[in-house]
Amino acid sequence: MATKRKVLLMGKSGSGKTSMRSIIFANYIARDCNRLGPTIEVEHAHVRFLGNLVLHLWDCGGQESFMENFLVSQKDQIFKNVQVLIYVFDVESREFDKDLRYYQSCLEALLQNSPQAQVFCLIHKMDLIQDQDRDDTFKRRESDVLRYSELAARQHANQRANAVCQCFKSSIWDETLYKAWSAIVYKLVPNVNKMEEKLRKFGQILEADEVIMFERATFLVIAHAELREHKDLHRFEKVSNIIKQFKLSCSKMGSKLDSIQVKNANFTAIIDGFTPNTYVMVVLPDGNCSATTTLLNIKSAKKHFELLEQQQ
Amino acid sequence: MSDHSDNEEDDDYRYGIDLDDDEYDVRPTVILMGLKRSGKTSIRKVVFQKMSPNETMFVESTPRITKDRICSSFINFETIEFPGQMSPFDSELDARATFKTCGALLFIIDAQSDYNDAMTTVADYFVEAWKINKAIKFEVFVHKADGLTEESRVETKFHIYHAVREMIKDKLEYNQENVDSITITYHLTSIYDHSIFEAFSKVVQNLVKQLPTLERLLDIFNQGSNVTKSFLFDIVSKIYVATDSEPVEMNIYELCCDMIDVTLDISSIYGSGDNKQPFDDSSAAIIRLRSEQVLFLRQINKHLALVYIMKEEHFDKQGYIDYNFMCFKEGIEKVFLMKNKNGIRDS
Repeated sequence: MATKRKVLLMGKSGSGKTSMRSIIFANYIARDCNRLGPTIEVEHAHVRFLGNLVLHLWDCGGQESFMENFLVSQKDQIFKNVQVLIYVFDVESREFDKDLRYYQSCLEALLQNSPQAQVFCLIHKMDLIQDQDRDDTFKRRESDVLRYSELAARQHANQRANAVCQCFKSSIWDETLYKAWSAIVYKLVPNVNKMEEKLRKFGQILEADEVIMFERATFLVIAHAELREHKDLHRFEKVSNIIKQFKLSCSKMGSKLDSIQVKNANFTAIIDGFTPNTYVMVVLPDGNCSATTTLLNIKSAKKHFELLEQQQ
Repeated sequence: MSDHSDNEEDDDYRYGIDLDDDEYDVRPTVILMGLKRSGKTSIRKVVFQKMSPNETMFVESTPRITKDRICSSFINFETIEFPGQMSPFDSELDARATFKTCGALLFIIDAQSDYNDAMTTVADYFVEAWKINKAIKFEVFVHKADGLTEESRVETKFHIYHAVREMIKDKLEYNQENVDSITITYHLTSIYDHSIFEAFSKVVQNLVKQLPTLERLLDIFNQGSNVTKSFLFDIVSKIYVATDSEPVEMNIYELCCDMIDVTLDISSIYGSGDNKQPFDDSSAAIIRLRSEQVLFLRQINKHLALVYIMKEEHFDKQGYIDYNFMCFKEGIEKVFLMKNKNGIRDS
């Protein structure tokens, strides 16, 4: 039985909602996003994610007239039964205060109608900020957003103690987009803990440094097991981004990616199809280990993970 | 560059093939010129420093004559940038020394701007440089082609070609020289796709005197191992130094470029740190595609890698492909070592 999750995508017009949806779920490349037109009212998209988890994306047009409608006449329809609200801010917006007020109204409407919903805020288009200013700008924006979240939540204190959301910086031009979306998806996948536990066991058997599981279509990280500490905290989204880019190059010449092996003297990394909905990446600590053995092991572990996925 | 004596100007360049002694490491020098804001620095950053094209927005303009060297790559690359009306042939600057050692002279023209000034400058500089060193390969990059439509790209290139030719003709006929003594190659380029790498590959191949031998070696390797297409890549810049005699399909080349990215990116996440280089002796990658093709990457030396693509059905005897690769690698080393020995003896 498929589980449906309603995901609202909101934010000012031109903040990049449809662009990021297209990149993550429709295999667009960042460059092509300037061809996208503005979204009128609401665009619905059903995304099958991990087989029996279906994300029902409501991409809500951000022009003011639509926003007013959403907040007044269509309030119930839009904000009922929401599991996740993703609110996108344009970091370069000239009317950030206005954006924040709209955000507050949306959040209030959401808390009234679906008090259990999770809220994520993306401070988008970070690539437009000079490298050295990025952290400062993001911190300033984040504290603004958190303040307004607090304001919105205060009136609904009895329903939910805290609506304070998580903020992510993002840009369609680098891996930050994957970091933000992986975190969102992580919250949506049921059984993540069980999956990670199994993955850890699998990694131990393989004597691997790290095992990561990716969703097949989007290459977002759903689960990972770190068996040896790695100092690069951003590696997951980097790998997502790298592989996704390569997948797109493959499809440009009418082919599809099957598996990747990369090695040097210090490591071997193997990326291979896993369950029908996932890819797996195994990182081994040695450049000379047998890739064939690992591939065989991945194959034999497949069945168990398929079962685990069906249980959901 | 101090050991680069004058008697070499008509001779070969030597290549740095794993010579620990960098003193003998004289590689072709490429000089990059162009008017203000034509995209010289951006090109350099994208090709040699792996900057992503959209980030070049923040590249600041280079205020004065800037010489910059890139030595981590197979080719020795020097950019000289001349702001505004300053000429490299100014008496205060040692133009002779600059152009004596120059292998290829690139001039970047911004195709999206009014390029009349640029065309006059090209004609001036090329004729002056040619008077100093007749062996220089002249190249014009009609740059920022991504902003033009398909037809106007070709038109622009055609227009620039003819206008520059006329101007050079005027100058040379004044000195009773034939216009055809200066050959200029034109490339349409953009940093937003692979055309800039493709164009650079052509430029570099022009400078590699061993090219026919390398191509022959690649052909032999392909035949012996049932390989469809193979490229010899400069890892840092994703320029291909040589390829076999089969025609280059643009999308295969792009896929090979992307494979280098994947290999280096993943290696720098998991296989580097603590003084360990991401690209080392045992660097290798295999990528299988659903279309029953397999891509391979193998390290040749610290600058070069062999990337080849073959049908999956031929990939059953890995042993003999490995053996062929070993022979190929030895062959490449011999080709360059011989050059080095000759060069040392000559000078």
